[in-house]
Amino acid sequence: MDASSPEAIKKQVRSYIVVFVALMGLTIVTVAVSTFHLSVAAAVIIALAVAIVKASLVAGVFMHLISEKKLIYATLALTAIFFIVLMILPTSHQLDPIVQ
Amino acid sequence: MEIPYTIHPRPDTGVYNAKLGVWLFLASEVMLFGALFSSYVLLRIGSDSWPHGYSILDWKIATFNTVVLISSSVTMVMSWASLMLKDFKKYKLYMGLTILCAFIFLAVKAFEYNTKFGHHLYPSTNTFLAIYFTITGLHGLHVIGGIFVNSYLWGPGSKMWKTQPERFTNRVEVAGLYWHFVDLVWIFLFPVLYLL
Amino acid sequence: MGQKEKSAHVVTSAKKEHDKHESEHHELGFVRKYIFSQDHKVIGIQYGITSLLFLLFGFSLMMIMRWQLAYPGQEFPWKWLADFMGQANMPGGIMLPEFYNQLGAMHGTIMVFLGVVPLAVGAFGNYVVPLQIGTIDMAFPKLNMTSYWVYFLGGVTMLVSFAMPGGAANSGWTSYAPLSVIATTGQTVWLIGMVFLITSSLLGSINFIVTIIQLRVKGLTFMRLPFFVWAQFVTSFLLLLAFPPLEAAGVLQLMDRLAGTSFFLPSGLVVSGQPLAVSGGGSPLLWQHLFWFLAHPEVYVLILPAMGIVAEIIANNTRKPLWGYKSLVYSAIFLGFMSFIVWAHHMFLTGMGTTISTFFQTTTMIISIPSVIILTALLLSLWGGSIRFTTPMLFALAFLPMFAIGGLTGLPLGLAPPDIHLHDTYYVIGHFHYVVAPGTIFALFAGIYFWYPKVTGRKMNELLGKIHFWTSLVFINGVFMPMFIQGLAGVSRRLYDGGAQYAHAQGVLQWNEFMSTSAWLLGLAQIPFVINFFWSIRKGKKVEANHWDATTLDWACTTSPPLAHGNFKVVPEVHRGPYDYSHQGAQSDFLPQNQPGEA
Repeated sequence: MDASSPEAIKKQVRSYIVVFVALMGLTIVTVAVSTFHLSVAAAVIIALAVAIVKASLVAGVFMHLISEKKLIYATLALTAIFFIVLMILPTSHQLDPIVQ
Repeated sequence: MEIPYTIHPRPDTGVYNAKLGVWLFLASEVMLFGALFSSYVLLRIGSDSWPHGYSILDWKIATFNTVVLISSSVTMVMSWASLMLKDFKKYKLYMGLTILCAFIFLAVKAFEYNTKFGHHLYPSTNTFLAIYFTITGLHGLHVIGGIFVNSYLWGPGSKMWKTQPERFTNRVEVAGLYWHFVDLVWIFLFPVLYLL
Repeated sequence: MGQKEKSAHVVTSAKKEHDKHESEHHELGFVRKYIFSQDHKVIGIQYGITSLLFLLFGFSLMMIMRWQLAYPGQEFPWKWLADFMGQANMPGGIMLPEFYNQLGAMHGTIMVFLGVVPLAVGAFGNYVVPLQIGTIDMAFPKLNMTSYWVYFLGGVTMLVSFAMPGGAANSGWTSYAPLSVIATTGQTVWLIGMVFLITSSLLGSINFIVTIIQLRVKGLTFMRLPFFVWAQFVTSFLLLLAFPPLEAAGVLQLMDRLAGTSFFLPSGLVVSGQPLAVSGGGSPLLWQHLFWFLAHPEVYVLILPAMGIVAEIIANNTRKPLWGYKSLVYSAIFLGFMSFIVWAHHMFLTGMGTTISTFFQTTTMIISIPSVIILTALLLSLWGGSIRFTTPMLFALAFLPMFAIGGLTGLPLGLAPPDIHLHDTYYVIGHFHYVVAPGTIFALFAGIYFWYPKVTGRKMNELLGKIHFWTSLVFINGVFMPMFIQGLAGVSRRLYDGGAQYAHAQGVLQWNEFMSTSAWLLGLAQIPFVINFFWSIRKGKKVEANHWDATTLDWACTTSPPLAHGNFKVVPEVHRGPYDYSHQGAQSDFLPQNQPGEA
């Protein structure tokens, strides 16, 4: 099937609306959870989990990542690895000082 | 001779030049904001006490801004879809709405900053506010950049629709990729800064 | 307009399209053609000239510093030069410590960010990569022009910083916080300059990656790319993904300096006996992490293009295929990948625990493996070749042992226990200068001698070239070899008097004069190069388009290919690997990549 045919695009438009509703719903969820004033660890995990789901929806559907080419996936996979390195290592240095 | 694959994808890679270029740019942006997030985590872990975002910042107004930015992402992708359906009028409408949303976002942000300054809360007040102002400021600059690009595509740049419709659609697509990324960053910023 | 354009239209319809573009470009004035040019060759030359000037400038700063190191506190011999640098910096011809610090910081910054990287990536990458992959230009010509001009702006910003009150940045090229945060205004200008340079590199790297992936001609698969293109490809990824964290760090430091934040300022900081009036709560180590997250990959940004150039020249001048092409490529990729997870070996003395330092020591030892593979493959490529000892080949050959010294002396620094002794001594200075100066810069000289005929149609003079090579080789070792001796004796870097006031330095102090003299002689040794460079433009021996009998596509096009997408008259097609030299049963000893058939 041709992804750029009018039918395919119209189908995609419907998915945009669904994603929009989902994003709004998740925004409400994340705000609602924060009003419970959970422990920092629990709050961080929930907030990040919701944010990751939202980000995946935006990247997957709006940015068409679910139907993107291998080349783009490879680029992003590489970036993701270094992103994780950047997130973890500086902090682990902080958590592993030479004197306790 | 012309540079190849400016409009149509290269068969073996499946993408046209600009699309790959923008994804690479976004990869570098991931590392830019990643470094700032990493700084946030390191500073927060290293500090004796860290305020809850909601105790200093106004999460209600930020929720409103989240809705505005997500909506602008939807209108952006709709403007691209309109071009794919050869509906230029709808394109103009949706792109116009996208730009409008971006301005609303900035206006709200400016109001927020102003309120903080009014309460004598500056970047120099504490590390939390420092990182808040820096990251949201940098994000705001990205929004401004998006306004420039989108306004060009809405105004003078849209003449290209008559001469090279495919190329113009590509342009809107890659501008969209950038704009969704700006939205995506905010999706993380909002809970991290305002709700935790 | 006029004659030329009119005549251009009187052609057959088949050629019309092509000529139309030709005539369009005849209309381009001088400015669009040579200054705000979008042609990758002109931009490459612009990068080349600018970065060579910056290299000279950065080297000059060091030659001035070496006076102070050799003869601490003595009056500068050339009064006019001392006057030029101003009474505030050199009252009575005697260098002030503050000025020494500025020179040191700016020497590093200029050499790395304005000299070597723009020459290796901006100049050689821009000129050679599109030719080697058989295309007419970079993927985004306007972006290419923008990268150059943003780089230029960054360079001007750095130069302007010398005129700031308190002079240029003086906290070292690493700009460690909190020293850099409380430094004079020059540091702010340095940060702004860095933001320009980073932006330029990002735009450039995006352009290179897209060009190499998208614009390769038919038949030029990834495993047929010349190693130089591979090196540029990996380099571009390093620039793309490692530079943004430094940009973030730069923004944070700017905030610290301008908005009074405390990202890098810990609580309770006391400066000159006064507690600093800031909120505190920041982390000086955060700067180091973000800085070295860039600056370690940056080392490979400096070295990979050099390896690429050396590989091209060695294959060409041994007249045989590179030994282990695949190992070279995989090593380069692995090297690039690993370079992102070794950075904290610059930070062993910052109080990290054993777990994390073990991690970084291990990754550091692992990264030496691909470097050794590359060096070994290049060395083995010499075996059994009928070597032509041309000037570019001499420089390329010297690269191998020089880089090896630089690399091997790095091993003790990558392990925490010896690093405790060697950290921040002249040993470190010697180590990385061996990698970058007689390593990378020699490879860049090799590249200039090698591709000069392609750009100008003339060859640089061999005799002058050889004088340049042998004198440079001798003196550059005279500069850097004694640094290992001083460093092992424990002499710290960045000392205003070269260690004269320290008891433990007394035994090795005499080397300072030796090193300084070598450095000045090294400066003199560049004169034959400068003469050769300009003289050969008009008077050099005219040579044909494929002067070196090379196989890659950059030698398949004409000398100094016409501007405006005119690299190739017909789009070439690639039929073989990049180094098909001495093919058995072939007519000549080289088979160009675009030659069809088995032999």
